[in-house]
Amino acid sequence: MKSQLLKKAFVKTLPVMAGYIVLGIGFGILLRNAGFQVGYALAMSLFIYAGSMQYVGVGLLAGGASVLSVILTTVMVNARHLFYSISMIGTYKDAGKYKPYMIFGLTDETYSLLCDGTAPEGCDANRYRFLVSLFNQCYWVTGSVLGSLLGAVLPFSTAGIEFSMTALFIASFTEQWMSTHDHIPALTGLLSTFVCLLLFGSDRFLIPAMLLMTLALSLLKGKEERP
Amino acid sequence: MNAVILVAAMALTTAALRFLPFLLFEKKTPPFVVYLGKVLPAALIGMLVVYCLKDVQIASATHGLPELIAGAAVALLQAWKRNSLLSILAGTLLYMVLVQTIF
Repeated sequence: MKSQLLKKAFVKTLPVMAGYIVLGIGFGILLRNAGFQVGYALAMSLFIYAGSMQYVGVGLLAGGASVLSVILTTVMVNARHLFYSISMIGTYKDAGKYKPYMIFGLTDETYSLLCDGTAPEGCDANRYRFLVSLFNQCYWVTGSVLGSLLGAVLPFSTAGIEFSMTALFIASFTEQWMSTHDHIPALTGLLSTFVCLLLFGSDRFLIPAMLLMTLALSLLKGKEERP
Repeated sequence: MNAVILVAAMALTTAALRFLPFLLFEKKTPPFVVYLGKVLPAALIGMLVVYCLKDVQIASATHGLPELIAGAAVALLQAWKRNSLLSILAGTLLYMVLVQTIF
């Protein structure tokens, strides 16, 4: 029974495995090229465990940013996790001892695997979700360490590997688009962000974009509910 | 040493963002928060796509062509095969070939 649960959780995370290992390697390489050894890659992937933030973090570490600007940047880059958590409150309600780790491990990818709230029949749903979260972090940590260790000796040029992050989000966006009928939220996000990028410039558009899309979506909700 | 403090700041801030909604709304979830939880993920992924492409220079150098070509390949592959793994790997390889050999 327990091995069956392990297997089901493992199979569920397979689509994330290669992606995380590739993205993790990309992160490890960038961090190493910025002058930080494998211990940093390991610590960041264990304790921060947020892909895009770790990519941004490489620049912050290399540039010797201040603690305050690091905190503000983290809030800007990771504010979306507030919303992931908001929508998992119901699903994670009875997770008991597994809950703290499951909340900690709620990345974009883990969220996309678990957000529909389903679990295999006859299984301990909370244990299953815990294992899915844990397997994903194992891939991420493995990739980061590999990238950091092998980055220097890879026999080919890794220029352009950073595109794997962009590819991940384009694939998620396309998949989300294909599997839903209501494209208003996706378009709202895309357009709000693009408008704010033009208005505020590439350094400070994320927070305005999130405020704008929240405002737009709440106005759309009001419209929807009118008789 | 300074870098260790910065890593800790990133870790604690990220964890705070993940735990805060549970601490605030777990007991009683306002309907508006429920609605946001439903519509925001799709909007946020759209935001992330734009975020990743924010530094592409349209006016100079490669005119954003490698990003356009590889990005379109990812979207088309995903729409066709519905396999995220395949789309991400193929798109990244294509991008690497483009920036290393052609552009």
